[in-house]
Amino acid sequence: MAKYLFLKHYRGAPAGVNDVPMDRWTPEEIEAHVRYMDDFATRLQESGEYVDGQALAPEGMWVRYDGEGRPPVTDGPFAETKDLVAGWMVVDVDSEQRAVELAGELSAAPGAGGRPIHEWLEVRPFLTAPPTVTE
Amino acid sequence: MRPGEPVVTASGPAVDEAALRALVPQVIGLLGRRGVDFGAAEDAVQDALVEALRVWRTDPPRDPRAWLATVAWRRHLDAVRSESSRRRREETVEVEPAPGPVREADDTLALYLLCAHPSLTPASAVALTLRAVGGLTTRQVAEAYLVPEATMAQRISRAKRTVAGARFDRAGDVATVLRVLYLVFNEGYSGDVDLAMEAIRLTRQLAALVDHPEAHGLLALMLLHHARRDTRVVDGRLVPLAEQDRSRWDTALVAEGVAVLQAALARDRLGEFQAQAAVAALHADAPSTEETDWVQVVEWYDELLGLTDSPVVRLNRAVALGHADGARAGLAALAQVPDGVPRRTAAEAYLHERAGDLLDAARLYAEAARAATSAAERDHLLRQAARLNAVGP
Repeated sequence: MAKYLFLKHYRGAPAGVNDVPMDRWTPEEIEAHVRYMDDFATRLQESGEYVDGQALAPEGMWVRYDGEGRPPVTDGPFAETKDLVAGWMVVDVDSEQRAVELAGELSAAPGAGGRPIHEWLEVRPFLTAPPTVTE
Repeated sequence: MRPGEPVVTASGPAVDEAALRALVPQVIGLLGRRGVDFGAAEDAVQDALVEALRVWRTDPPRDPRAWLATVAWRRHLDAVRSESSRRRREETVEVEPAPGPVREADDTLALYLLCAHPSLTPASAVALTLRAVGGLTTRQVAEAYLVPEATMAQRISRAKRTVAGARFDRAGDVATVLRVLYLVFNEGYSGDVDLAMEAIRLTRQLAALVDHPEAHGLLALMLLHHARRDTRVVDGRLVPLAEQDRSRWDTALVAEGVAVLQAALARDRLGEFQAQAAVAALHADAPSTEETDWVQVVEWYDELLGLTDSPVVRLNRAVALGHADGARAGLAALAQVPDGVPRRTAAEAYLHERAGDLLDAARLYAEAARAATSAAERDHLLRQAARLNAVGP
């Protein structure tokens, strides 16, 4: 089994095919979308492939060390230039193929007009502990 | 708590958890002979196990196995009664034939085979084996694989549903069991159970149960690898074979591994694990990388290629040939290994360095680092690249 991180972006990923901001959807469309995501997570829990998942607020900061005795620097007004992660899910699956299949399913969540949003999800394998056998 | 380490409490004597876990397959087998299906038997014994860990500190039983069997049987009856399909299930229990004169060893072997059932995915087979044969709790298995306990519980119950009805008679073959145990061994460990030790314990038990030279081959391989474990990763850093402190290899484990291997080889039924163990034995035997009998290592890789034409074996053979016949010969052999084989680029970097092409080696080490699958391996490869870049062209 190998763990994969699915990253969902507010910004920074290529635009989805059905790319309509969520505040333009109907309440029913939002409802359907949320239910799809919940059902997806529940199914992964039942299949024993779910590890973790969280959504993140759109507002965040870049922070940097600014030298001895000085407060850390935050990026303040430049937020619009950055890649913004909207949330993640971690799965533990048998193969990369399975990870891709699941990410594809997640990307097919319904959006505006009830059609799949076709958004891009980033899929990244975890680095693991070294196996017992290395040579 | 580590396996074999007693649980010491203020209120009473210690519980030997390893001895307790060793009873698990026997008790599951006993319930099986009373007609309980595998999934239900496994659940009941897990309940009894958790109860034993709680109660035995203050009230240790005279006969642990009988205690565990009695409690598991009661838990099973409770579960049967509370089921909606109670009547049908009770009837099933009633009509089961009386237990016959079956040896315990047969039960344990049947459990091994069932847990490695061909319809299970490798991950499910591993989880089920660790719980039913190894006697680990779901929490321990989950910790070892760094997943939530609920996830592991689902994985195990799905696995049990998959083999439901398979009973104790139809099952996988020993070769599949060996692959499952090797997966457990290779996982390293985390949490409070050392999976490598657990795999060795279970393989040792299996090798005593079956007449299969590869069971002994795998046991030898594990012992020989395990003997070198403490020198392979030091302070989180991966140490390559050439730089390992050979004085710290566990000579008792090496001696046992070699003895087990020789006994297996003497039976003249060579298999992959025996051939891999032979390579490991040659490394374990050598005072240094340079003094290793690389010619014989290459010969064993040739045997392995005869058994399984795997690109990974070709890769390892190329590296060994680089030592036996020189780096250029190794690189020529490596050219036959397809791209995309894990660690191919790292091996290429290593052989280029040995051939004196430091620039190419540095570039290839950096490239291999990007494809590394573990943090320790990536850091190791980055250090190699940095070392060569610091020397300069």
